[in-house]
Amino acid sequence: MHKLLLLGDEAIAQGAIDAGISGVYAYPGTPSTEITEYIQASKEATERKIRSSWSANEKTAMESAIGMSYAGKKSLVCMKHVGLNVAADAFVNSGITGANGGLVILSADDPSMHSSQNEQDSRFYGKFTMIPTLEPSTQQEAYDMTRYAFDISEKFETPILIRVTTRLAHSRAGVQRVEMKEQNELHLPSDLKQFILLPAIARKRYDLLLSKQSLFENDAAESGFNVLKKGKDNSLGIIACGIGYNYLTENHPIDTIPYSVLKIGQYPVPRKLMNELYETCDEILVLEEGYPILEELLRGMLNKGKPIHGRLDGTIPMAGELNPKKVALALKLDFEDGHETPDIVKGRPPKLCDGCSHTDTFTALNEVVKLYGPGRVFSDIGCYTLSALAPLESINSCVDMGASITMAIGAADAGMFPAIAAIGDSTFTHSGMTGLLDAVNTKSPITVIINDNATTGMTGGQDSSALGKVEDICRGVGVEEDHIRVIKPLHRFHDENMKVLQEELEYRGVSVVIARRECIQTLGRRMKIKAQLKRESESAN
Amino acid sequence: MKKDIILAGVGGQGILTIATVIGTAALVEGLQLKQAEVHGMSQRGGDVQSNLRISSEHIASDLIPEGKADLIISVEPMESLRYVNILNKKEGWIVTSMNPFVNIPNYPAIEDILKTIWEIPRNVTIDAEKVAKEQGSIKAANIVVLGAASPYLGLKYESLETAIKQIFAKKGEDMINLNLKALAAGKSYAVKRT
Ligand SMILES: Cc1ncc(C[n+]2csc(CCOP(=O)(O)OP(=O)(O)O)c2C)c(N)n1
Ligand code: SF4
Repeated sequence: MHKLLLLGDEAIAQGAIDAGISGVYAYPGTPSTEITEYIQASKEATERKIRSSWSANEKTAMESAIGMSYAGKKSLVCMKHVGLNVAADAFVNSGITGANGGLVILSADDPSMHSSQNEQDSRFYGKFTMIPTLEPSTQQEAYDMTRYAFDISEKFETPILIRVTTRLAHSRAGVQRVEMKEQNELHLPSDLKQFILLPAIARKRYDLLLSKQSLFENDAAESGFNVLKKGKDNSLGIIACGIGYNYLTENHPIDTIPYSVLKIGQYPVPRKLMNELYETCDEILVLEEGYPILEELLRGMLNKGKPIHGRLDGTIPMAGELNPKKVALALKLDFEDGHETPDIVKGRPPKLCDGCSHTDTFTALNEVVKLYGPGRVFSDIGCYTLSALAPLESINSCVDMGASITMAIGAADAGMFPAIAAIGDSTFTHSGMTGLLDAVNTKSPITVIINDNATTGMTGGQDSSALGKVEDICRGVGVEEDHIRVIKPLHRFHDENMKVLQEELEYRGVSVVIARRECIQTLGRRMKIKAQLKRESESAN
Repeated sequence: MKKDIILAGVGGQGILTIATVIGTAALVEGLQLKQAEVHGMSQRGGDVQSNLRISSEHIASDLIPEGKADLIISVEPMESLRYVNILNKKEGWIVTSMNPFVNIPNYPAIEDILKTIWEIPRNVTIDAEKVAKEQGSIKAANIVVLGAASPYLGLKYESLETAIKQIFAKKGEDMINLNLKALAAGKSYAVKRT
């Protein structure tokens, strides 16, 4: 087979298809989205009937995948790093249930926060859950490790975490495929009580998980993903995790590097290899893309052993992703800078597309809010978060998905009136609905604006679980019919829209204003496809 | 052979198409490549950049080290300057379109931007939109810029042509020809200052 030119994300997707998955479960989130999109677009995946439609959120995705694993088939779950917080309850408990069919969780971290609220390191979750964690450094490894993850998931009957970061997820390189494996047949776990985490069973399962730790560590020593290469110069030993290894070898090709190098791609890290490096070198440098996890373990709380360099002693800055320059400086290599960036270069912050419905919604809202004073719009995560920037400057919060409605409840409880929540349609079904139920149950005097653009805009226009269901959900949750209003955010309806908004802000109960107009990006794409189909059918006639 | 290339522009200006053409041409020549793209936030009118590395040898990092890029190819003049910190001071070239994309209130005077570019040794500037229009469509402005950069890529010109034929095959003969003409025009109209 010839090499494919794949993004790291796509290599994971192809690896999972070739490992014989029967389903991928995911909620979009940069930089993980392309994995599921690749499977959705893959002809092979369609032929093999691999299920791949989007889940409502990461928790539902994770649980569905556990269900597929219970039923004996292989499943992949994908999310961005903060998605793992949402899925955490299911994820951490899956360590206790263990797996039947191969169960692999992919979490894509975003150090430097290219498009995220934080730079949390998913390897912590792997350690916390006590399951093996894989961290590829190249696109080829991303492919190979995904296949391997399914192998060891079934061998050890445990879920496996794969952690990637933005630079690998969104970088392309050649990938060599190997043969495709068959999907599993439906088969139940040998112990039908395995997944019942009642305390009596959970204690046994936990003991079992604890007893597997040494197996996980042995596997990490033998899989070939952790390799110690001895050097001649013992003044320094280097531990390079994930793509930290690439930046190391960019500066020092591995064949000529004088120091010992321990390349890490699988956790828990084998103590045997760690010890070998530690004992033979005077000082240690740890290169980790993300938090200083190994570094901290190695130096311990009192740091009384050999000098350990990395993020904790300032050799590498604590915040932000690694790059070749940071690693060169950590290695004390000469580094020739480029030109200085001239002052004439101005920032070009992202903004709402011309003609975006959110602009019209927030323009109307801004005017109404003026009547009550600033500081009362709790928002959420999506394209509409860009209304925080000039010229709109409409919103006062964006914390995590769904937090708009619940923060408005808290502020209203504290006496704020009116308190306003602004949330997108996809975010609403992700985790806004339950907050709305809270509001209804306590008759909280808040107004929820649901920006329904019929898509998940921020991440590139994936199907929204809310499509065609927003009013029904609000009704079902108990919002009064009279206070579920729909407006069309267009400049020409500006006055009408303001009036509706003001009426609902005045209402001292839960009100919902649905601002509905399709995202112009997805609309444009739809029109293009339609025109293309029309042209094709005309030329066929 | 080893070339480290920064592609720069504003979301929607077609830098990924340039990346695909160079990448395909590199594969035609049997070279290795790594290409880091930007997705997500930065696409909505924000600045976008891609690191493209092609080499006959193994490539370690997905990111080009600062001060090591051989070439900046930019479809927007101010954007070409944003990444000069990555450019090799002694040997690197800037190839950029002269057509500003103004979507911020504080966009500097274009004359000042061009003056700054011309002060950097080894630059090529081209009125890509004008040249593209002459070839049939302003849409091919990105390929005009690629044409202007073609002498510095370390790739055979024919490989770029082969790549364009492959990539635009689905879009029909007219698109292929437009882009081939744009590539050739970019190559011959570029104003080079050393
Ligand atoms: C827990 C979590 N999952 C995923 C994301 C990534 N993400 C950011 S906004 C968004 C969806 C936005 O869709 P919607 O609410 O419909 O608003 P739109 O962008 O369409 O305006 C997603 C998936 C995230 N930030 N946090
Ligand atoms: S992608 Fe859609 S929702 Fe996002 S800013 Fe553009 S038009 Fe608005």
